[in-house]
Amino acid sequence: MLEEFKSDTPLEEREDIIVCKNINKWFGKLHVLKDVSLNVKQGEVVVILGPSGSGKSTFIRTINALEEIQEGEIVVDGINVSHDVQDIEAIRKETGMVFQQFNLFPHMTILKNITLAPIWVRKWPRAKAEKIAMELLERVGIPEQAHKYPGQLSGGQQQRVAIARALAMQPKIMLFDEPTSALDPEMIKEVLDVMRELAKSGMTMLVVTHEMGFAREVADRIVLFDNGEIIETGSPEELFDNPKHERTKLFLSQIL
Amino acid sequence: MGNLNDEKAINHVHTPVEGTPDKEPPKTSVGVLGWLKENLFSSWFNTILTFIFAWILYVLIKGTLSWVFLSADWNVITKNFALYFVGQYPKEEIWRVWTSLSIVSLLFGFSSGLWKGTVRQLSVTLSVIYAIIAVMPFITGESRVWLGINILFIYAGMFAISKIPKHKVITITGWLISFPVIIFMLHGFGVFSEVSTNLWGGLLLTVLIATVAIVASFPIGVLLALGRMSSKLPIIRWVCIAYIELIRGVPLITILFMAQLMIPLFMGGINIDNVLRVMIGATLFTAAYLAENVRGGLQSIPRGQHEAAQALGLNSTYRTTFIILPQALRAVIPAIVGQCISMFKDTALVAIVGLIDLLGIAQTIVANPKFLGKQMEAYLFIALIYWVISYSMSYASRRLEKNLGVGER
Ligand SMILES: Nc1ncnc2c1ncn2[C@@H]1O[C@H](COP(=O)(O)OP(=O)(O)OP(=O)(O)O)[C@@H](O)[C@H]1O
Ligand SMILES: [Mg+2]
Repeated sequence: MLEEFKSDTPLEEREDIIVCKNINKWFGKLHVLKDVSLNVKQGEVVVILGPSGSGKSTFIRTINALEEIQEGEIVVDGINVSHDVQDIEAIRKETGMVFQQFNLFPHMTILKNITLAPIWVRKWPRAKAEKIAMELLERVGIPEQAHKYPGQLSGGQQQRVAIARALAMQPKIMLFDEPTSALDPEMIKEVLDVMRELAKSGMTMLVVTHEMGFAREVADRIVLFDNGEIIETGSPEELFDNPKHERTKLFLSQIL
Repeated sequence: MGNLNDEKAINHVHTPVEGTPDKEPPKTSVGVLGWLKENLFSSWFNTILTFIFAWILYVLIKGTLSWVFLSADWNVITKNFALYFVGQYPKEEIWRVWTSLSIVSLLFGFSSGLWKGTVRQLSVTLSVIYAIIAVMPFITGESRVWLGINILFIYAGMFAISKIPKHKVITITGWLISFPVIIFMLHGFGVFSEVSTNLWGGLLLTVLIATVAIVASFPIGVLLALGRMSSKLPIIRWVCIAYIELIRGVPLITILFMAQLMIPLFMGGINIDNVLRVMIGATLFTAAYLAENVRGGLQSIPRGQHEAAQALGLNSTYRTTFIILPQALRAVIPAIVGQCISMFKDTALVAIVGLIDLLGIAQTIVANPKFLGKQMEAYLFIALIYWVISYSMSYASRRLEKNLGVGER
């Protein structure tokens, strides 16, 4: 199903699907994003690293307008993220998001969780939505849980459902905000495996994570945030093996 | 949370042969005597307390029983039995009340056939109450026949509904149209001879007012709560806050008086029925309190739920109806039912603005010189009626909560 995203064109020659230009954001007086600019190509996997409180979550949440920006410009798939409700809803249709705390809807079965948005936002007939939901559950490895409630699943299973729920809208971009941080160690792998497979299928992904192994293996590019700024970007090899910036070295020395 | 199933699975697995064999849990008590010793006579102090309370209990029970069976004069109930239930509703039209009750009984039967559980328990309780009343010596033959029909309807409904196609639709539509149908039956509106509302009374009136107040205030309360929470529409929010705080700052009785006096003013000469005015007042009052309950539920929904719904591209209407409201209402079921129970009891206040509800009828009866000094019996009887209905509601809500909680958190 996701084959269509695959492309043989080399990354450098592809179109930008996300364009962020000089974005600034304040929480009250707190300046949390400072002139952040970042372009992401179609099918690119960008991993965002950085110390706690550096603005990684805030940044990734500006892309689907969960956070408003005060200055700068964000264009996603040709749509300008503005205050316009219709534009915002259009962008959210094209971007899936996976949260640290899963945020499944506890009062709905897994199947309902996944089919809700396709039925009401994409206006698909129920049968089609359910068929695709089952295919996705198959893909994330838990088709047998379709009729259970989120509270009956393990954390790893819940996060895989959350990924399936986001994919059900057939987004062009997937945003992940620390998808494995709330998981017990033995469940982290099952979620990373799903993400790895998703990256291989050609999905454009923006991933905030502390999983360095995953970053090194899957990322096309790594972006390092500190104190609301992007201080360094580069391929995993460049960034991990010979970081240029002092703060990057400091950060890497702390986590590796 | 996540290992719920695993735990269950473990409990059902039989101990393998090579494992440690199961042991009986240690005995915690040794029969009745052991229990008595442990709970009532564990120390000198406890023993003394036990004797004191046993004595108080004995005096209370003896006093109550001897009053109930020897000194009380239950004529004030038996001679006016119908009055307590329907007030001054004319005798020759009483079949219309019975028919209305039969509709309700049939719907209870349908519902208990469909949803079983709590609804079935309530229906069976209802049929038992019918049966108890039917065997009372002072009941007329006609009433016995009607009560029999009602019992029959409950059980017939219970067994027949599953055999009818579209049973869910029929039952829900039935409940929805039952109220207007019943009002039509009771009033007549020209088709039957008219029985004006000042003749409606007793438990009938109490239940009608409470039902309208509860059912009509629910959507209003939800809208008020949503309005109060909306950040995008400040004017609507301020109006909702003003309304809620105004109503909550005033006793129900003043609202009932104001409804009596002010609604006719607003309506410019059109005469609004007295009972209807009280219903409007009670509805507006309950709505403000319900709104606050619902707001509590709305606020209890974690931010992540809103964000997940937003991220999926659901618009604000869908977010509210599918994600936020269902969870919020579920969270406040106990508070909402508490509100309903208190509304049901508060209907007793309408006696003050001149309606003859259950309390009003008791007051009228004991004012009759024939029943001089029989207040105790009359008030005890209506208290029992209030209690049975309130307790049923609270029981149903506890069960509902439990059922909805299963496997969802
Ligand atoms: N809703 C908010 N209101 C006020 N301040 C906020 C809010 N959300 C985040 N902040 C502040 O903004 C800064 C950036 O937060 P953000 O959550 O983006 O950091 P992060 O890089 O994701 O950190 P972590 O790794 O801990 O998740 C922090 O100082 C945080 O305290
Ligand atoms: Mg974060």
